[in-house]
Amino acid sequence: MEKILEVKDLHVTFTTYGGTVKAVRGVNFYLNKGETLAIVGESGCGKSVTSNAIMRLIPDPPGKISNGTILFKGTDLTRVSEKEMRGIRGVDISMIFQDPMTALNPTLTIGTQLMEGLKQHHKVSGAEARKKALEMMDLVGIPNPDERLKQYPHQFSGGMRQRIVIAIALICEPELLIADEPTTALDVTIQAQILELFEKIQHATGVSIILITHDLGVVAKIADRIAVMYAGKIIEVGTKREIFYNPEHPYTKGLLNSVPRLDLQGEKLIPIDGTPPDLFSPPTGCPFTARCPFAMEVCDKVYPEVSALSDSHQVNCWLQDERAKQLLAEAVTK
Amino acid sequence: MLRYLLKRLLIMVVTLWIIITLTFVLMVSIPGSPFNSEKSSNEIVQANLERHYNLDEPYYVQYLLYIKSIVTFDFGPSIKQPNQSVNDLLARGFPISFELGIVTIIVAVFSGIILGILAALKHNGFIDYLMMGIAVLGISIPNFILATLLIQQLAVKFSIFPVATWSSPAHMVLPVLALATGPMAIIARLTRSTMLEVLTQDYIKMAKAKGLSPWKITIKHALRNALMPVVTIMGTLLAGILTGTFVIEQIFAIPGMGKYFVESINQRDYPVIMGTTVFYSAFLIFMLFLVDIAYGILDPRIKVHKEGE
Repeated sequence: MEKILEVKDLHVTFTTYGGTVKAVRGVNFYLNKGETLAIVGESGCGKSVTSNAIMRLIPDPPGKISNGTILFKGTDLTRVSEKEMRGIRGVDISMIFQDPMTALNPTLTIGTQLMEGLKQHHKVSGAEARKKALEMMDLVGIPNPDERLKQYPHQFSGGMRQRIVIAIALICEPELLIADEPTTALDVTIQAQILELFEKIQHATGVSIILITHDLGVVAKIADRIAVMYAGKIIEVGTKREIFYNPEHPYTKGLLNSVPRLDLQGEKLIPIDGTPPDLFSPPTGCPFTARCPFAMEVCDKVYPEVSALSDSHQVNCWLQDERAKQLLAEAVTK
Repeated sequence: MLRYLLKRLLIMVVTLWIIITLTFVLMVSIPGSPFNSEKSSNEIVQANLERHYNLDEPYYVQYLLYIKSIVTFDFGPSIKQPNQSVNDLLARGFPISFELGIVTIIVAVFSGIILGILAALKHNGFIDYLMMGIAVLGISIPNFILATLLIQQLAVKFSIFPVATWSSPAHMVLPVLALATGPMAIIARLTRSTMLEVLTQDYIKMAKAKGLSPWKITIKHALRNALMPVVTIMGTLLAGILTGTFVIEQIFAIPGMGKYFVESINQRDYPVIMGTTVFYSAFLIFMLFLVDIAYGILDPRIKVHKEGE
């Protein structure tokens, strides 16, 4: 399979009055053409920062990509100029934002906002742009597109606005779509519709999707692979099946245990105790140590190497070390 | 829309009527009359004069006569300068005051917005601090102080611009500068703060994600949203500039309306007081009306509500 995006050792820092926040600390992942990768994790773990870094939308200052490469179809996005980047944004890589109520400009018509990306990047006539805009409205399922183009955002419901935002992101036919919590701000019924729309679009256009979310229900529905982030690092990555049925990292297990399940009625949810570490001075070892029920002495001191459980399933945890497994086995026999 | 316009028109008329009435009440409650200073006049002459200008009538008759003169837009002759009518004074003075006011507004709005945008785009940079320093000075220095400073430095000391009067574009520079600095500073500060707020909005990030150029993002997406508060304070600024022209015209000896306005009150020249006040109030009310219309053009969310909505 062809890799469309490969992120290697990405570091993003923010300089503030209080010190330097290390928001993303050495993230590695790749994305195959036409697949959906979900990046999951709790608030503040660096998943949105990672997606903004790919788009080079980190406000500088205070933010900075301090290290690492982002290879998009062989081009390192951390090294291209701002002007070149403008030619990539919206054309090759598009982004969908969390809150459709604020992502559209209230003073411009839907049609203007939909077509301006197309007009910016391609030499198209007004009529051609309009035709394409109508096509996109049709694709994302907005009735009466002719009339709707002339209307303003406040005349649309939240779900309809998110459809518009998706149409805007897709109008230049990008190869990569980054969706940053695209359903968080929507009602549950609308969420399901939007997720179905994503599946439909991927089927129709073959676009690769990076889905940023903290909602494991969303992940279960549309992701092919899942990367679990914690305190600025990806701690486990695998196919959807591997992560949901064979989670290996204690954090991933904890995350799955805190999701309510319909088939286990009356069972109590088990939340993860404690809070994530302070990213002003992140721990040198595994950042989950303080909350981990299986923490060992080594966890606090050295960050674990990656252990491959299969071709697609990797985890960074000392429990995967042979010595730890041996200790466990001894403990069980005693 | 037509219904809204008619409603607004009615409100404007009522506002104007209140202003007229208040002016009348204030005018007749100032002690003295137009003929107090005339030494030669004996009591019979004075009585005749008063009869001539209907000043011997009871107040309600005078009031009705005033209303009539306003409705017919004929304020009659000035009492102090009987050879010219109030309409003549308006026709002569107003174009000059209007010119001064309009040039001031244009200068204040454009330079204020540009300074505000620059400061916002270079937030916390040198340009930002410089602009805001200028703005604070501009707000805190009254226009008559600035006017005298400008005359002293640029006209007297360095002779770059003429000292006073009103005949060529060069004559305009100092009065406009003196009058425009305050409003410009207010607009600049306001534009900066709203721009800064708008630039953090999601739709700006979205515009960036579309690959638009910074120029397009600023002008098309940010500015229009940032201008709303500026439009809001335009009403107050207009009133300020209007009254400011009276002071500035005095300092620069500009033959505009300001002179007649102030003199008429000092001399109790009733028709001129009434004429100028009504004219200026009507003008200001109309400008405020234009500001309200501008809202609807800038922000599509502000629309006239149909009845029952």
